[in-house]
Amino acid sequence: MSDARIDGYARALFEVAAAEGTIDEVEDELFRFARSFESSDALRTALTDEQIPVAKRQAIIEDLLGGKATTTTTQLVSMVVGSGRGRDLPAIIDQLVARASSAKHLEVAEVRTAVALTDEQQSRLAAALTNATGKPLNLKVVVDPSVLGGIVATVGDTVIDGSVRTRIDQLKSRL
Amino acid sequence: MNVLGVIIRPMAKCGIDDNGECVTSSPLLPEAAELIYGGLASLIIFFALYKFGWPQMKKALDARTARIQKDLDDADAAESAASTEVAQIRRALGDIEAERARILADADAQAAAVLTDGRARLETEVTDLQAKAASDIAAARGRSTDELRGEIARLSSAAVDHVVRGSLDDSTHQELIEGFIARVGAGS
Repeated sequence: MSDARIDGYARALFEVAAAEGTIDEVEDELFRFARSFESSDALRTALTDEQIPVAKRQAIIEDLLGGKATTTTTQLVSMVVGSGRGRDLPAIIDQLVARASSAKHLEVAEVRTAVALTDEQQSRLAAALTNATGKPLNLKVVVDPSVLGGIVATVGDTVIDGSVRTRIDQLKSRL
Repeated sequence: MNVLGVIIRPMAKCGIDDNGECVTSSPLLPEAAELIYGGLASLIIFFALYKFGWPQMKKALDARTARIQKDLDDADAAESAASTEVAQIRRALGDIEAERARILADADAQAAAVLTDGRARLETEVTDLQAKAASDIAAARGRSTDELRGEIARLSSAAVDHVVRGSLDDSTHQELIEGFIARVGAGS
């Protein structure tokens, strides 16, 4: 899909969430859903397979997000998948997150950890990253077991990698 | 009685037979008259032969002599030609012998050259084969070493994964997270 179309979808989602007054929550839920979408082949296949009826794909979304995410989030994802743009869902959501962060004059910091961070840890980590990069950040935490341990933080083009996965990879390279 | 008397005596006497003819009693000589006539006839014949037959005979003899001489000359010429041919054959035989010796010498030289070349080529091939074998051995050794290293690395990686995953409990996770936050904060 073209950048203009992705941007159009992202702007529409942003406007809907903003109108609902749940932009922060929706943005966070969509971001985590996008990461799950990227890491799960089965989910990606189920939501992008044209042979599966749209109603069934939207039912899958209801099953996945119903009761776990806000209604707005569920409906927005269902709307994108229903319009046949499921394959571009991560790009649309990333654009939405960037737009939302930009509206708050923040830069997105994607943080991947093997285990969930507490609110206090997220606050300290956001403060540390803000100090390190010199930019106010919108922290997005993704629990990614492939990290094994530690944290990988990505702010724009800057990657701060303190993961066990990377250390093991380096050790394997040396071996 | 001598023999001449026996022969001559009947010439002097001639017996008369019943017909009145003279009958000689010599078994060898005719009567005298017959002898005379016969002698004269013989002389005439001899003269005629000498006068007319001898030139023909002499001519025939001369021709025969000339023919024989010619045959002799031809024989001499043939002998001479044969001698020349014999000399040529002997010379040719000598040339053949020299050629044979030359060919044999050339063959010996070529055989020696071929032997030398073959020996040199063989030595070169042996050297090349030895070098190739040494290279193959080194390559095989390198491959084996690389494969061994790869296998060790693979096993070590699997062991590292297993050991690390087993050792990552909740407290370790928290230590890693806190360590990261502290490092990033200190780095600022």
